[in-house]
Amino acid sequence: MNALKNIRWRHYINYIVIGIFTLVFAIITLTGGRLDSSLLFMLEKVAISIVLAVSLSIVVGFLGELSLGHAGFMCVGAYIGGKVAAVLEPSLGNTALNVLVCLVIGGVVAALCGVIIGIPALRLRGDYLAIVTLAFGEIVRSLFQNSSDESFGGTIGLETPRYTKQYLFIIAFLMVLLTLLVVQNFIRSKHGRAVTAIRDNEIAARASGINVTKYKLLAFTISAFFAGIAGVLYSFSNYRVQSANFGYNYSIEILVMVVLGGMGNINGAIISAALITYLDSKLATVLTGDLAVLQNLIYALILIVIVIYNNAPGLKNFRDRYNLTVLLKKIFKHKEDPARRTDDAAKWDVVPTKIEMNEILSIDVKPQDLSSDKPTKGGDK
Amino acid sequence: MADYILETKNLGISFGGLKAAQDVNIRIKKNQIYGLIGPNGAGKTTIFNMLTGVYKPTTGTFYLDGEELCGLAQDKINHKGIARTFQNIRLFNNMTVVRNVMVALHNQPEYKCSVWESFFRLPRHFKVEKEMRAKAKELLRIFDLEEERNNLACNLPYGKQRKLEIARALATNPKLLLLDEPAAGMNPHETEDLEKTIRSIRDQFDMTILLIEHDMKFVAGLCDEVTVLNFGTVLAEGETRKALKDPEVIRAYIGG
Amino acid sequence: MELVLSTLVNSLSLGGIYAMIALGYTMVYGIAKMLNFAHGDIIMVGAYAIYVFMALNNPILAILLSVLFCLLLGITIERVAYRPLRGASPLAVLITAIGVSYLLQSLAQIVFGSASKMVTVYEFGAIKIFGVTLQVSTLVTMAVAIVVMIALTLFVKLTRTGRAMIAVSEDRGAAQLMGINVNRIITITFAIGSSLAALAGLFYLLKAPSVSSTLGAMPGIKAFTAAVIGGIGSIPGAMLGGLLLGFVECVATKITAIAPYTDAIEFSILIIILLVRPTGFLGKKRREKV
Repeated sequence: MNALKNIRWRHYINYIVIGIFTLVFAIITLTGGRLDSSLLFMLEKVAISIVLAVSLSIVVGFLGELSLGHAGFMCVGAYIGGKVAAVLEPSLGNTALNVLVCLVIGGVVAALCGVIIGIPALRLRGDYLAIVTLAFGEIVRSLFQNSSDESFGGTIGLETPRYTKQYLFIIAFLMVLLTLLVVQNFIRSKHGRAVTAIRDNEIAARASGINVTKYKLLAFTISAFFAGIAGVLYSFSNYRVQSANFGYNYSIEILVMVVLGGMGNINGAIISAALITYLDSKLATVLTGDLAVLQNLIYALILIVIVIYNNAPGLKNFRDRYNLTVLLKKIFKHKEDPARRTDDAAKWDVVPTKIEMNEILSIDVKPQDLSSDKPTKGGDK
Repeated sequence: MADYILETKNLGISFGGLKAAQDVNIRIKKNQIYGLIGPNGAGKTTIFNMLTGVYKPTTGTFYLDGEELCGLAQDKINHKGIARTFQNIRLFNNMTVVRNVMVALHNQPEYKCSVWESFFRLPRHFKVEKEMRAKAKELLRIFDLEEERNNLACNLPYGKQRKLEIARALATNPKLLLLDEPAAGMNPHETEDLEKTIRSIRDQFDMTILLIEHDMKFVAGLCDEVTVLNFGTVLAEGETRKALKDPEVIRAYIGG
Repeated sequence: MELVLSTLVNSLSLGGIYAMIALGYTMVYGIAKMLNFAHGDIIMVGAYAIYVFMALNNPILAILLSVLFCLLLGITIERVAYRPLRGASPLAVLITAIGVSYLLQSLAQIVFGSASKMVTVYEFGAIKIFGVTLQVSTLVTMAVAIVVMIALTLFVKLTRTGRAMIAVSEDRGAAQLMGINVNRIITITFAIGSSLAALAGLFYLLKAPSVSSTLGAMPGIKAFTAAVIGGIGSIPGAMLGGLLLGFVECVATKITAIAPYTDAIEFSILIIILLVRPTGFLGKKRREKV
């Protein structure tokens, strides 16, 4: 019971929203209501994107390393999941059990790849690691592309069994919930804290007794596992897996989702994943032929502008004056209530840029036995 | 129980051809405050780096409480009981003050909680988080940082950042605390306070402290014994006031 | 015999191209301390520039204009996208560079369409040496690459600017204190790197006379691999790495059994080298100060 009291319900808002959403659609479909199959396909795509973005944000947002091979992990999951499904179909048929087995196996194999790619991560940082992950993605793609026809279908790709869209959709959203649950819980635990500590200062993390090896591998493994799950969902959703679809460009698209959502902000990643996926398919109908590239142009601009806005040292004042928080406060005339700032956990997702309130509050200096703090702001010692 | 908390034997390291430290023998008794001094580039921080596993010594070894730790990884050495602060402050800048301390509590056996328990938020997760937070707050209270616990570490004033770093080091429950230039950048008043703080750390936590410092007045007032280094070798050692009066030491500092 | 000689010449020529691109990576990495992900795409821009300027019907002029265009482009990219982020986290700089790379590719595709364009700069034909037929363009590529590399080495070793570059790469802060204009040096570095990339674009056109928006992506990544293999920040290292990679690629494509896996093999070499010797063959080891 005590445990229940400790749950901060606002942390779970995204599960609740997505849960209700899934439930409503599930009820509609299961009670015989019909949903447009293109809508379902769209929702599946959104679900896959959310799983991808959230899983990538573990590595990029919380571990602070750049992975350019996320589509590679997804590729592994898609091929393995699709293959397992094809193998199991005669015995298990078109059942949820079959899907479940595929998801688990696809995820686990991708996770093993995550461990393998995590090993270079132990020795390399930053740019080097980014290139290694990119190389990994290309190697994976090349291996599947050159596979024999009977194993993974080579360039033609692998055909996967067709499942009823309705069920698939529900499974996809259950996977979104699982991903969110596990990733958010992980990030908000002592283990997630260790990962974030490595991002902030690896040397200090080591000196504080954090096993950097373990946590880097762990972050890559979890990230790859869910990318694999997304891959399996993808293979079922598209009926076909083709290695050409998992190129470097796809990895970048996932990266754009994470960066747009705000690095280290899971809710942001969810929103931007959904938004970009939706816009993607809408734009695809508007921008045809050569104009389709405009979309890539927009991604590129988003990446550049957002990163410069968020990180340029010279823009700090500008950032403090014009940002989303300030804007929202202006719109809603929202006043911060100091009593509501209970503990730091609430401040976790959005990394605050400035907390002046507490600085003002903490001027009173209490002389204690260990106090070595000199009153800096006109105190009374 | 070994005679000494820390004992180094012929500890030395060379980078390329440069011998950054050689044949360093330091012995520190329990509850001592021990100083490691010497001119710039004498190899003081290098010794800290060897003692915490950042560098692997090329010669010699060291023992903590009789146990040989030389060659272990940094986090393992920390588990065994050596914690440190850094010359240029290294905090987890984008984390709150209380979280900085909680990271350091990570390995304490009473806060054990497996990854799986965290994934699915089993009851132990909540219990451990609550206890860790309480413990961190308690530590912060001792260093008078409790009020700032929800501030980002990077927003703290300089002096408080130094204190937070010490609090974080203590959170790993060490047997030996290494302080790398704790008084650097402080004014005389702050330095005086720091002296008190360090003494009370020793008394309150039953701690042994090894510190690097340039401020001779500070060292003379605080340290029971010192080792003086110059060009990577030991110039003098022993009771602080005696060692500081050693003509070799004076020559090394003043030059000539 | 014939196979050996032609493979050798081909790998020297391809290696020369890689080496020239790798030089751009390695210089920028050494001096600006960033991986200029967009470097490979400058190759593509250079090739397109030649395509456009060939309208003047003068190959030499087209090449010169292309080099000039890329040079200005490199400087502009540095000024607009990278300089505001100086002092920011490496992750931010890297993501921006990826954005720039993506931007160049999609811009090219919008301007020139997704179908590749045919460009014939000059027909060199083929000659017979020791009974072996060799493309003259291959020999030209090899020769130019060698000349450029020697010139660059001399530039860095002998000129004031070159020495300033070394100083900035060793210690930016100290160089600044010695009165070196760091921003200017970084600009020059980008200018040199981009011009070399433009030349690489030319050589790609000589090899196969067509250009598309993704022309530079793969060579870019491979040249970075070359730079890493040789030891990033080291000019001779970039040359060595480039030649080595060119050799591996030429040999691998000659063997039918492994030819489809050529890219995979090259990337595997990269990963292995990074794991075994992260500083590459000629790179210097840098310790992070604690």
